[in-house]
Amino acid sequence: MKLFEYEAKDIVRNYGIPVPRGRVACSPSEAYSVAEELGCSVAVKSQVLVGRRGLAGGIRFADNPEEAKRVAGELIGSSIRGVRVDCVLVEEKMCISREYYLSLTVDRGIRKPVLLVSPLGGVEVEELVKEHPEALMKIEVDPWEGVKPFMARWVCGKLGLSKDYWKTMWGIVSGMWRVMRDLDAELVEFNPLAMTCDGGLVALDAKIIVDDNSLYRHRDFLEKAGREYSELEAVAKRYGFSYVELDGNIGVMCNGAGLTMATMDIVKQFGGRPANFLDIGGGASRERVKEAMKILLKHPRVKVVLVNIFGGITRCDEVANGVVEAIRETGAEKPIVVRMLGTNEEEGRRILMENNIPMYTGLEEAISKAIELAGEV
Amino acid sequence: MAIIVDEKTRVLVQGITGREGSFHTKLMLEYGTRVVAGVTPGKEGQVVHGVPVYNTVWKAVERHPGINTSILFVPAPYAADAVYEAVDAGIENIVVITEGIPLWDELLFVNYARRNKRILVGPNTPGVISPGKSKVGILPSHVFKQGCVGVVSRSGTLTYEISRYINMAGFGESTVIGIGGDPVTGLDFIDVYKMFLNDPETKAIIVIGEIGGDAEERLAAYIKKHGVEKPVIAYIAGMTAPSGKRMGHAGAIISMGVGDWASKKKAFEDSGVAVADAPWAVGRMLKEILV
Repeated sequence: MKLFEYEAKDIVRNYGIPVPRGRVACSPSEAYSVAEELGCSVAVKSQVLVGRRGLAGGIRFADNPEEAKRVAGELIGSSIRGVRVDCVLVEEKMCISREYYLSLTVDRGIRKPVLLVSPLGGVEVEELVKEHPEALMKIEVDPWEGVKPFMARWVCGKLGLSKDYWKTMWGIVSGMWRVMRDLDAELVEFNPLAMTCDGGLVALDAKIIVDDNSLYRHRDFLEKAGREYSELEAVAKRYGFSYVELDGNIGVMCNGAGLTMATMDIVKQFGGRPANFLDIGGGASRERVKEAMKILLKHPRVKVVLVNIFGGITRCDEVANGVVEAIRETGAEKPIVVRMLGTNEEEGRRILMENNIPMYTGLEEAISKAIELAGEV
Repeated sequence: MAIIVDEKTRVLVQGITGREGSFHTKLMLEYGTRVVAGVTPGKEGQVVHGVPVYNTVWKAVERHPGINTSILFVPAPYAADAVYEAVDAGIENIVVITEGIPLWDELLFVNYARRNKRILVGPNTPGVISPGKSKVGILPSHVFKQGCVGVVSRSGTLTYEISRYINMAGFGESTVIGIGGDPVTGLDFIDVYKMFLNDPETKAIIVIGEIGGDAEERLAAYIKKHGVEKPVIAYIAGMTAPSGKRMGHAGAIISMGVGDWASKKKAFEDSGVAVADAPWAVGRMLKEILV
């Protein structure tokens, strides 16, 4: 779960990490009062969970409360890269001399947290990795031991900062570590971490991603979970399957993430276009299958539904019943191609046959059929 | 031979009285796996499908000194505790079926287990099967056949699908192992690859990867450095997956520009590993290699 910038800044501020003074505002008049309180020129920053909002016009500046109110009025309700802006962060406008990159994240390959640093901050890290991979440096952190003071000295060295900054940097790095552990975060990122004109360090932007599997022990976040999902993705979460929207016309429903991706890939290789990723997970009940199937049957872009199930803990008869019930409840007349194998396959075939749904056992055959049908309709 | 589990494996089931734990204990017993004890705190004295239940791993190991492998069906919030208990009680192989375990729990116990020289399979794995010998997991056993092909995978059902094509081509498996779909796992592809190299029964290795992370790239780099010692065929799922979206598995997300399909395919091809373009191609390619 991604946190908004203002949430991340409120958190890291409490851990002693310097951030600009400021507060979130969800209406133009609120923006006015925050700017008035601050009593200086301000930055008005759209609070959206997408990258590069600056380039998309989502960050503006204002010299007085009246202007802050006007700018906030323009941003709130507008959309940045397809995402609606509900609130803005109004904070003091800083005089900046340099921008760095600093983050703490998890390197899966070595199964350890890593501290990443770059003297080239302010650009998206994805671009940095692509354009200047040598400028992004990392140091491994033992998950049991945590960060150590020498790591702060190492960071200063990589950024060309003198020993006068060692203590400040240790405050920042050790604060990041405590944030990461206390929040069960998978990422704590300051991009940029900025050098102000008077020689101070400040986290000009802050990003925190909390591990979804840990939300049950963070009740305050749990309430907000799901706000980054689309309506359909939220339905999927509720019933326990995974759904990701794509742009094709063949609805794909499978069991298991790997098999679902492989099925989508073959659809594409055979010249079709998958409309989605839908993994019903292991041991799905007919209820779950039904709800998943209904999404595909009701989706206006889906011309044909392809079901590919390899039964193990998932039972083919449960899937067949779920499919049939979904058709009954929606009254949909879209063509459906089912390929099922494994546990209770015969029973599943019988249920489908009774409802005039053809069942295939060959994967190639089923996918070819689905593509053919998608072209016909 | 085979790797990790074989006819000598003696299994403890942690979380044996739960729905999944009890169900799969039955299936493992039916397959011939020697499940000798179970643990569920507070349920000592119960018997599940003929298997005695204890409160602690210590007591189970004391009563059944042959136990060398534990399989965990413990709910995510308690899974970390169960892993530490298994490691501290001296169990060599720990198979964590549980999915949805918090990332930091995994980071800590995975490092703990490795430091203590234990083999930790998973989390979020379908387990391990050495066909005809033993199954420690939830894999549907009818899919597999004893043979000479080692299979290592990050997914469940896709592994069954590909094993089916291996069998249709006339081969069988020495051991099939799911390393788990989470971002952090105890064993990685390189660990299992090395085990297969040391297993005389394994003549060819199938690697079933997917987008996200760099486990495939790391294996490719390892093979490139050490040379191809046994034939390897890779299949990678997720060619059509968009960047930045999590495809079911917590591990299957393309982020920071690493882990996309093209980079994995290229890494394998550069290291001399053949990449199958479809699940069924694996069977055909095996025929070319093993005849």
